Amino acid sequence: MKVKSRGILAAAATASAAALVLAGCSGNPGTDAEGPVGTLTVWVDADRAGVLKDVAKQFQADKNIEVKLVTKDFGDVRDDFITQVPTGRGPDIIVGAHDWLGKLVQNGVVAPLELGDTASDFQDVAIQAMSYEGTTYGLPYSVENIALLRNVDLAPDAPATFDEAIATGNQLKADGKAEYAFLVGLDPNASDPYHLYPLQASLGAPVFGLDANGTYDASNLTLGGAGGEAFATKLAEWGAAGILNTNISGDIAKEEFNAGKSPYFLTGPWNVPAAADAGINYAIDPIPTTGPNAATPFVGVQGFFVSAKSENALAANEFLVNYIGTEAVQTALYEVGGRAPALTSAFEAAKSDPDVAAFGEVGAAGVPMPNVPAMDVVWSDWGSTEAAIINAQGDPVALWQAMVQSIQSKIDKG
Amino acid sequence: MSTISEQRKTRQGLPSLRGIVTKIVLLSIVDAIAVFALFTLFVQESWVVFGIAAAVTLAINYIYLRPGLLPAKYLLPGVLFLAVFQIFVVIYSGYIAFTNYGDGHNSTKEDAIEAIILTSQQRVPDSATYGIAVVEQLGQLSFLVTDPDGDIWLGGDGAPLERVTNAETDSTGKATSVTGYNTLTLQDVLGNQRAIADLAVPLTDDPNDGALRTPDGSRAFLYLSSLVYDEDADTFTNTANGTVYTDRGNGAFQADNGASLTPGWKIDVGFENFARAFGEEDIRGPLLNVLLWTFAFAFISVASTFVLGLLLAMVMNDWRMKGRRFYRVLIILPYAFPGFLSALVWLGLFNQDFGFINEVLFGGASIPWLTQEWLAKFSILFVNLWLGYPYMFLICTGALQSIPDDIMEAAAIDGAKPWAAFRLIKFPLLLVSVAPLLISSFAFNFNNFNLIYMLTAGGPRDPSAGVDAGATDILITLVYKVAFGSGTGRDYGLASAFAILIFIVVGAIAAYGFKRTKVLEELN
Repeated sequence: MKVKSRGILAAAATASAAALVLAGCSGNPGTDAEGPVGTLTVWVDADRAGVLKDVAKQFQADKNIEVKLVTKDFGDVRDDFITQVPTGRGPDIIVGAHDWLGKLVQNGVVAPLELGDTASDFQDVAIQAMSYEGTTYGLPYSVENIALLRNVDLAPDAPATFDEAIATGNQLKADGKAEYAFLVGLDPNASDPYHLYPLQASLGAPVFGLDANGTYDASNLTLGGAGGEAFATKLAEWGAAGILNTNISGDIAKEEFNAGKSPYFLTGPWNVPAAADAGINYAIDPIPTTGPNAATPFVGVQGFFVSAKSENALAANEFLVNYIGTEAVQTALYEVGGRAPALTSAFEAAKSDPDVAAFGEVGAAGVPMPNVPAMDVVWSDWGSTEAAIINAQGDPVALWQAMVQSIQSKIDKG
Repeated sequence: MSTISEQRKTRQGLPSLRGIVTKIVLLSIVDAIAVFALFTLFVQESWVVFGIAAAVTLAINYIYLRPGLLPAKYLLPGVLFLAVFQIFVVIYSGYIAFTNYGDGHNSTKEDAIEAIILTSQQRVPDSATYGIAVVEQLGQLSFLVTDPDGDIWLGGDGAPLERVTNAETDSTGKATSVTGYNTLTLQDVLGNQRAIADLAVPLTDDPNDGALRTPDGSRAFLYLSSLVYDEDADTFTNTANGTVYTDRGNGAFQADNGASLTPGWKIDVGFENFARAFGEEDIRGPLLNVLLWTFAFAFISVASTFVLGLLLAMVMNDWRMKGRRFYRVLIILPYAFPGFLSALVWLGLFNQDFGFINEVLFGGASIPWLTQEWLAKFSILFVNLWLGYPYMFLICTGALQSIPDDIMEAAAIDGAKPWAAFRLIKFPLLLVSVAPLLISSFAFNFNNFNLIYMLTAGGPRDPSAGVDAGATDILITLVYKVAFGSGTGRDYGLASAFAILIFIVVGAIAAYGFKRTKVLEELN
């Protein structure tokens, strides 16, 4: 008997699980007619959920629309959004990074967002990042970029050029005051094109050209040419001289800089608090140039996107443009996440923190990281070729040309 | 006396009262849930799922209410789980292999058309912001528009703006209501969001002047559509240059010059993915090397972990060994860490300039453990040995303990030397129970994605080769790179086709292996 009832128990569990799974396979969550006139479902990560809770309450009080915050892992948001929107059970709004945009548009899951006259209230780079083929899709809330972190005790002056920085670094090394002339976190097999990009841009080799709208044009790959080849030659030079070392990972670079062993560290705001805690007397400088152009870093922008299949398009728009887009909320988000606000007025206020001001100044001159889907095929070849050049695994120019060819053929195939 | 007769009755199939009550309660819970699910499915009109759920519910009730059918009562729960979590998944990914599902083709044609229309709306550059009120007459929605000059207009779907004079305005001069129409309150607006967001009010009779649309119900902007959809012809036409995009059966609207609109939609493509799997240059070029390394990796991994695990198991199984429990715990430790975490730790240990191995064990040598082709292969195998031997140790310990001691005693009395006794008696007996596990371990390592990806990501790669395959790429990581990392993005269709091909390879090897095991069993 015992055995039998256990069998039934298992059967009950199975059947209920099966029923739930089957029921879950299709369907829409019903919307109640009572209470709030609608529900906005927003996917956020844990960091932002706290701040948005207050905004959500305010919104519900004003508009009688409930805002349901669903906390998700930031890394899962993009792919889950792409798979769930077509089923009709996706959220109305997600928080995301601007470089997802190309993929979201490619899959038809994101709706354009009309910022109206408020667009000019945001930093230009943020609006540019949230635009794809001339249309704005997201409400930006933060911008983030790398800059040069300098140990003032070792190098009192900001270097204007990369050669100057290396000369200072090498002198310090020769004097025994420093162990490294320059630090940047790399990976042995994939280097780190994101961090190395400013040095490349300065030599005149951006990744993609811009179209008439000022947004990235995936059909115009500009990695090659004289600028790119000059950068490849330089990479080999720096690799041979030990300026760049692919065995120094981001963590090692941070540790060594915080131990005062290097005058310079090419990194983002995320590593500044640790340097301050380590007692480093630091300054944040523009990235020194390697060539005729400015050494512009990639700017990463985070913001909110509306689902193409949202049944609450008006409410979603209202919530983003008139609530999230306000100075109070942008400032609150900055205070929690530490990322500089995208709204100009909130950013000006945040500039009272000199670190934010310094990074912001570098970022204002930067370019958004390309948000075209073709960027996905660039990273792998780009990184492994840079690693190979730094480690002297062939002729730098030939390797660079092979890389450009490989990327171009992959883009053409797509 | 009475208890015995009761027990006998139970055994004969006359259940006790408690049993009946339990059964009824549990079955009612199942049925309650099932009825709820069926009701939901019925409302949603998902008939296929409804049919399946109904059939399953009936089957459960029939099997558990009817006396007898004992095997079915035992098997049903397991079979249901198998169906939901295994068979359905396998069939579904098999189906995906015959579609173009992936980035750019992730939904239906209707969704794609809707998305194209949505994204083709471009705000007219430098156009003004119009104040609007949404008004309604006989269920028809209209915009009551106040233009920047303060003039007031009324227009609806397909009805261009017309001047109105009898409107009431608020203090800012914005029109709020007009005779004959009801002004929607904020609540009404939010209750009709879809309809209002879809409403496009032409500015004039000429469609090229654009249409007003509202993003929030209180302001409107002037939009021009760059693409016009013709429902009857099923085509999109570019308003600027007249290019016509038609559905040519490729799962996208395509122009004559081959340019297509995004997004496309999911269609069945037959065996195209399999043809691509064989034809793809990124796969074909490095295939031989990758295949050889995959087999070598899986085989050496199983062999090395098995030998080490068996050796340790035999040592720990010897009663003369002191502190066996302590050692056993130590040996099992690597098994207790999550695999990807261990891989990351090893990544640090193997660092050429800063890693513990070079710095301490090799006295500051600069050995490129992960960046030289053969050393990287060795490092992968070494880490996998570290990760895998505890498992082999566990199963070998179990198998060894199940071999009766008297066999070995008998062998010793018959004069067998220890090595001969092990080779001829213990090892074959051991293999009977362990061989199937070795085969499954082989299948696991054949697809050991985590380790490769965490440790080297397939690298080092020869950048001059032009293909995205590195020295330590096994089949599954290569497939991942090709299906998810290049071209237009993630291609689930191609990935599923590859998964099926890999399954065939692994399945064939496993089938052969199991056949050999059977022979082994018969020999004993």
